[in-house]
Amino acid sequence: MGEIDLVMVNWARAQFALTAMYHWIFVPLTLGLSFLCAFFETLYVRTGKDEWKSITKFWMTLFGINFAIGVATGIILEFEFGTNWSNYSWMVGDIFGAPLAIEGIVAFFLEATFFAVMFFGWDRVSKRFHLFSTWMVAVGSNLSALWILVANGWMQYPVGMAFNPDNARFEMQNFWEVLFSPVAISKFTHATSSSFMVSALFVITISSWYLLRKRHVDLARKSILVASVFGLISTVYVAFNGDESAYTNASTQPMKLAAYEGLWDGEENAAIVAFGILNPDKKPGDKLEPFTTEVTIPGLLGLLANREFGSFVPGINDLVYGNQEHGIMSVADKMVKGKEAIADLTAYKQAKKKMDDVAAAAALEKFKVNQDYLGYGYLEKPEDTVPPVAMTFYAFHIMVFLGVLFGLIFILNLRYSLKGTLAQTTWLQLLGLPMFFLGLIASQAGWVVAELGRQPWAIEGLLPVNVATTNIAAGNVQTTFFMFLIIFTLLLVAEVSIMLKQISIGPEDM
Amino acid sequence: MIGSLDTALLQQIWWILASVVGSLFLFLTFVQGGQTLLWQVAKDETEKSLVINSLGTKWELTFTTLVLFGGALFAAFPKFYATSFGGAYWVWVLILFTFIVQAVSYEYRKKPNNVLGAKTYEVFLFINGSVGILLIGAAVGTFFTGSNFVLDDFNRVSWTTPFRGLEAAFSLFNLSMGLFLVFNARVLGTMYLINNIDFAGLPEFEMRLRKACFTNLICALPFLLYVLGGLLLMDGFGINETGVVEMVPYKYLGNLLAMPIVLVLLVVGLLLVVGGVGITAFKDEGRSGIWFGGLGTVLVGLAVFFTAGFNNTPFYPSKADLSSSLSIYNASSSHFTLTAMTYVALVIPFVLAYIVYVWWQMNARQLSVADITNNKAY
Repeated sequence: MGEIDLVMVNWARAQFALTAMYHWIFVPLTLGLSFLCAFFETLYVRTGKDEWKSITKFWMTLFGINFAIGVATGIILEFEFGTNWSNYSWMVGDIFGAPLAIEGIVAFFLEATFFAVMFFGWDRVSKRFHLFSTWMVAVGSNLSALWILVANGWMQYPVGMAFNPDNARFEMQNFWEVLFSPVAISKFTHATSSSFMVSALFVITISSWYLLRKRHVDLARKSILVASVFGLISTVYVAFNGDESAYTNASTQPMKLAAYEGLWDGEENAAIVAFGILNPDKKPGDKLEPFTTEVTIPGLLGLLANREFGSFVPGINDLVYGNQEHGIMSVADKMVKGKEAIADLTAYKQAKKKMDDVAAAAALEKFKVNQDYLGYGYLEKPEDTVPPVAMTFYAFHIMVFLGVLFGLIFILNLRYSLKGTLAQTTWLQLLGLPMFFLGLIASQAGWVVAELGRQPWAIEGLLPVNVATTNIAAGNVQTTFFMFLIIFTLLLVAEVSIMLKQISIGPEDM
Repeated sequence: MIGSLDTALLQQIWWILASVVGSLFLFLTFVQGGQTLLWQVAKDETEKSLVINSLGTKWELTFTTLVLFGGALFAAFPKFYATSFGGAYWVWVLILFTFIVQAVSYEYRKKPNNVLGAKTYEVFLFINGSVGILLIGAAVGTFFTGSNFVLDDFNRVSWTTPFRGLEAAFSLFNLSMGLFLVFNARVLGTMYLINNIDFAGLPEFEMRLRKACFTNLICALPFLLYVLGGLLLMDGFGINETGVVEMVPYKYLGNLLAMPIVLVLLVVGLLLVVGGVGITAFKDEGRSGIWFGGLGTVLVGLAVFFTAGFNNTPFYPSKADLSSSLSIYNASSSHFTLTAMTYVALVIPFVLAYIVYVWWQMNARQLSVADITNNKAY
């Protein structure tokens, strides 16, 4: 395989994390605010009242400012697979390229085409066609989330494919298995519905500020009512598909589950840690206490992971060192098989080159025995399969804690909206002010769990990150990292400044 | 149904589809061309706003087509995607960079508190329209002049120069291709703006645009001639009967003669562009130039891509190691994936239909000064 440039791997990872996290500041708003705009405009078209039109146009302006920078950060992600992860692109392009292309065909054009109508079509197309366009922008952006999350879901749980030794790549065998993989479905539903929550919080934060300042009170009250209903429904949905995510993790990515639950040694009656401070010295294989402080809910993890009380949930140590009783193979054993698979594949390729069909057939036969462990052959030591436990654990707990808080915020806003005393409930407005920022934190934390929790795998169990990268000197990637960092930061500053100004201007004609 | 087609046919279908998307992108670069014309043809804020707002309803279409072009190549020819993006690293990164700054510029240019000031966003648009298109042209040029890569047994790419793709811009042929595309985009830009803007009360602005259409064609000509001459005379990369890549004298001239339809596409395309310029530059009320120029550009684009990819020609040849060269046959996805993607491609006519319908709805009435004074304008 040649030398692996770990410096390059880390810069490539850092760059992907940077672009993905910047991108995800804007995407949740695009996904949810597009629907909120569609709701507001629907109310306008149904009631014919101009105040709903003003509300629609106001939120649409903010939507547009946010959308532009979402597009700017998004294009990098698609091409980064090629520039920084070219070996990945080759090895799984046969499967991974398809959803990206489909995203372009079925989703991006919907967004791009109808976005223009949404902003410039008010006096160029009919009222109904304009409303239709707004809905299409919402549908288009969420469809694009579907395809990219199908692609991401496949990386977390590769299905519907087989390894082709002649090409040394994975090839698609079943399109529907890729599309309807349970992980892809729960990724899509969880990411979109949590984004709806973030958008609802955006509306609540800005509206609360207006209420506190006693400005645009009518817009604020109406917006909060719609947003808190949308947010609450989304919260209920997020709770269900979040539970489904954990359930699928148990069978598809048990190491990730163990990491975010902080479970080092597997148990039948494992507890859920509601709150905990990890022991920073804890390492795989040692006997140290995992937590310095913890508040647990006994026995619940089996229910969460397997939908069965008292069922066994493997811990990090079981997964690394194996557990015979529960039929878990150690990583060391998998690595031996993986190295054999690599040797057999190399022998196969050499025999093919020499046109020695007999030797090629023999090597292929041997390769097939161990091919499922191919990716493990590239690891250096068993402990490499343990993701950064602390980051994963804390990110997960922050996400869940905030999710519950948001549910309460939606309930309270809805309650006082319905009571008609929202405008007088100052404490709730004060509480509303930081909510959007907390929403972003929760959303980012969710991706930290999903992506950091699957390290070291670019594709779970098949391809570790260190062999997925491009063969390029680290300096190049380092340079582009800072180029992106500077430009994204500059654009973010501009975006926030423009956004704040527009919020302070408020709706034009109310 | 599609699954019963053989792999070679699917590979050809996908090269045609990718070529169509790529050629449509070249037509849609009227947005980039228009961006570079901003300071030249618009003399005051009103004229500037007309240009920006006129392009502003279309820029995302161009952007999306570029993204789809990348996505389609990833899905159908992943080995090209991996080799070119990972290999010719700097060319692609710089192209992307010019598109990042474009994406925010329309929305942010005139918004209060935009931190960088309107002028900066105009510079961003100019860079996107000039450097971005120049580099895209240079990248297309390497389809004929070759790149510096070697693939190993596991198809991992090594680049043999430290410039990682930027060396493509050192070739006069590639540079000419890029500059031709820049000026062609400017020609298309004037045509589109003439078509879309209501010049009531702005006769000088209109005259400047019509004049710019002609002068940019004149600027494009030397580069076009250099590219055409080079293409017809140069040695090209060919795949012989045993599947080995070798240098073939007059390869691309040979391709045009072997595929007369491609030659027809090229000639008709160029004539259409010239006809479009005629309408725009010399016909007083002529507004339909963009349709001729646009169709002409698409046909020329198709001719370029077909010459690069068909008739036993590796479309992404390697100068450093001929046997590493990529053709549509050795760089493609599996039969299964190509089949699945072809089913998906059946929705393309539907997508085109709604784009055309919305275009028609939105451009039914020309953009007037009144449109840009309302507060939702860019």
